[in-house]
Amino acid sequence: MTIATKVSRRNFIVGSAAAVGGFSLGFHIPFTPEALAQGATIPEVNAWVVIKPDETVVIRIARSEMGQGTLTGLAQLVAEELECDWSKVTTEYPSPGQNLARNRVWGNYSTGGSRGIRESHDYVRQGGAAAREMLVAAAAAEWKVPRSECSVSKGVITHNPSKRTTTYGKVAEAAAKQTPPGNIALKDPKNWTIAGKPLPRLDTADKLTGKQVYGADLKFPGMLNAAVRACPHFGGKVASFDAAAVSGMPGVKKIVKIDDTTVAVIADTWWRAKTALDALPVTWDEGPNKDVSTASIAEMLKAGLDANDAFVSTKVGDVQAQFSGGGKVVTATYAFPYQNHATMEPMNATALYTPDRCEVWVPTQNGESSLAVAAEAAGLPVQKCDVHKVHLGGGFGRRGNFQDYVRQAVLLAKEVPGTHVKLLWTREEDMLHGAYHPTTQCKMTGALDAQGNLTALHMRISGQSILATVRPEGMQGGMDPVVFQGLTASSPEGHLGYTIPNLVIDHAMRNPPIPPGFWRGVNLNQNAIYVESFMDELAHAAGVDPLEFRRKLMAKHPKHLAVLNAVAEGVGWDKAPPQGVHRGLAQIMGFGSYVAAAAEVSVTDGRLKIHRIVAATDPGHMVNPAQIERQVEGSFVYGLSASLYGECTVKNGRIEQENFDTYDVLRMAEMPAVETIILPSGGFWGGVGEPTIAVAAPAVLNALFAATGKRIRTLPLKNHDLA
Amino acid sequence: MARLTINGEARDFDVDPETPLLWVIREQAGLTGTKFGCGIAQCGACTVHIDGIATRSCAMPINAIAPEQKIVTIEGLSPDGSHPVQKAWLALDVPQCGYCQPGMIMAAAGLLQQNPNPNDEDISAEITNICRCGTYNRVRAAIKEAAKGGSTQAG
Repeated sequence: MTIATKVSRRNFIVGSAAAVGGFSLGFHIPFTPEALAQGATIPEVNAWVVIKPDETVVIRIARSEMGQGTLTGLAQLVAEELECDWSKVTTEYPSPGQNLARNRVWGNYSTGGSRGIRESHDYVRQGGAAAREMLVAAAAAEWKVPRSECSVSKGVITHNPSKRTTTYGKVAEAAAKQTPPGNIALKDPKNWTIAGKPLPRLDTADKLTGKQVYGADLKFPGMLNAAVRACPHFGGKVASFDAAAVSGMPGVKKIVKIDDTTVAVIADTWWRAKTALDALPVTWDEGPNKDVSTASIAEMLKAGLDANDAFVSTKVGDVQAQFSGGGKVVTATYAFPYQNHATMEPMNATALYTPDRCEVWVPTQNGESSLAVAAEAAGLPVQKCDVHKVHLGGGFGRRGNFQDYVRQAVLLAKEVPGTHVKLLWTREEDMLHGAYHPTTQCKMTGALDAQGNLTALHMRISGQSILATVRPEGMQGGMDPVVFQGLTASSPEGHLGYTIPNLVIDHAMRNPPIPPGFWRGVNLNQNAIYVESFMDELAHAAGVDPLEFRRKLMAKHPKHLAVLNAVAEGVGWDKAPPQGVHRGLAQIMGFGSYVAAAAEVSVTDGRLKIHRIVAATDPGHMVNPAQIERQVEGSFVYGLSASLYGECTVKNGRIEQENFDTYDVLRMAEMPAVETIILPSGGFWGGVGEPTIAVAAPAVLNALFAATGKRIRTLPLKNHDLA
Repeated sequence: MARLTINGEARDFDVDPETPLLWVIREQAGLTGTKFGCGIAQCGACTVHIDGIATRSCAMPINAIAPEQKIVTIEGLSPDGSHPVQKAWLALDVPQCGYCQPGMIMAAAGLLQQNPNPNDEDISAEITNICRCGTYNRVRAAIKEAAKGGSTQAG
């Protein structure tokens, strides 16, 4: 195994096998119940830091770990300012109830939108810095010397004139009594020694032996298990069910209708609950959407492509004048289907209810949302409830806003007060009751002048708004700003990387009755496909190389251009590809970061092979390049799964795909080599968990066009004959 | 009553003989390292070894398994995470969310037991487990690392 890490000042290039690099740093302190119990008796230095007498440093993490590495990255940021020994670091989640009780000292728990690090880097570093100052001040007070005569390195405090030393573990208790300092000047990232480094994850060891406990694995004495089935027809409900038919089955404790839409079986084991539920006769009232289908939804969206009414996000110049001005006008219409998150761990939650208190154990992207939903379902004041977060077997947006499984678990626990009930969904339940990546269509119209310059662009998006259903308070005068991800004129979250003199971007909102949700990458995924596929179409119509065509429009967008140039150079755009191999490009900005990809593909007998992808990311500041590289690689798996296979179709107002046999995803055999280039230009904090997903599909679609001359405008690819 | 030998220990289980092995492992034997992902042998999160062969346990009823057949779960692969595959996984820091990884590791260990030096095509053909986080390239690299690193015949 070789490590291909080349550091040239601010330019990090990480090879696809860079994980070995930090192995010597890979200490892991298992987080045991004994350690927990011990921690409870030791006063914290402050909300972020507990230091035990054995020098173990416990760093509190508010955001959720779901594979994206935020646990390790946030711990690095705290440890950097704390000046502790990284090999002694372990982590814990403070509960959402504790956060509420302490006036939200840990801030926002929401873990989505690639915000875990970029939204909390400042206050978590302040937490580490404040703890450091309190620890050093405690040592100085004990020695009766000025603080200014003391220094600290790796948790060892030195009184410089006398060379006396002590450790964090020895002064932690005294430090807790120090007055917390005010705002502290944080280190310049260029002086970082822990943050910014490709350290191994803190949570790996237990994931290799089966010891890591996920929500689905929780066990409590006397615990019962539950399986649920909700009406598969959106808007429908339970018409009737025959509990007597299965009440005598082995292990069955209770058969209940927990609300209008859902029946459940509570049993001693989950397998018995599920077996009885499968046998339970249920008839559904299909409700008002029984005639809704993929075709009817497509028609509804198609009507929006040319509708007069639309929410206008960008309007520059006069596009119509250009379209009728005698230049070449190019149009294309694209479509993107519903997707399910399909986390590997199906939705689950475990609840314990008594009339006085409700507790929930749940893999959640937003512990505070879980708490609010638990309290509401329990009918108890929030102060009498708490949520215990456990690591997630994948989240991807499904486990944030949407806490339907928490609500169900609490309702089930209320059926058996004083007994823990673990609710686990089947894969089928998970597929049929998603919060689906919404479907949109897009009509692109562009005008080219005689020199092949793009003089006007109209981008009309038609389709579903997530916020309209999920978070209406986020709407802006009826408009959903999330629909325009990556397309704004100047937002630091994601602005368009092209200067187009006449430009309209608008949205005809069409909301089918299928519940939408935030799916890793959100609307940036669709938008990048539309913009970057169409840029390629325009370049071909203009007879200009797709890289050169883009470059001409990007002079005022140097950071977008830098990542595009990086992938072009990395893939060798100026040299011919190997025989039979064809290339495609894409770039976009989203979640505060600039990303680009270049794909190399071939098509043989109608079969697509993606050989290699070169990806570039500029996240501004970089907290852990090894984790960024993993997020970039993983983004291609997620984005390519959607573009090759992902499609939730609708019939009779319900989703047709119920498991991985009909909702296939990318597997090992199809995984391309991924070369990741990180260009941390500094000065801002961008996310890395999501943006790259958006360039996966268009880079491959553009390469596919180069290979076959076929322009695929409707995903997924499995529905197209590439021969 | 069904007798199964799991991680070297023979035990009797009072369950319906049609119960899938996965659920006996998780609920009766109490070994939760083996994961539930799909229930139809599609995703591989439930992979265990039966007589050394990587097997998806979620769709295999226990009445299809003889008492003397050796079932090994992730907990039994090594006593302390020292199986060459686990060591390679640690060295390359493979997991992300980690939920699919016990199944991946068992599938990889099964592959190496049959084929100590697999090439890329062998790995692609044999490791068909689903990982939604996208660890495939590191899984591939770690399998090669384990193959290089010494005996993979244990477990």
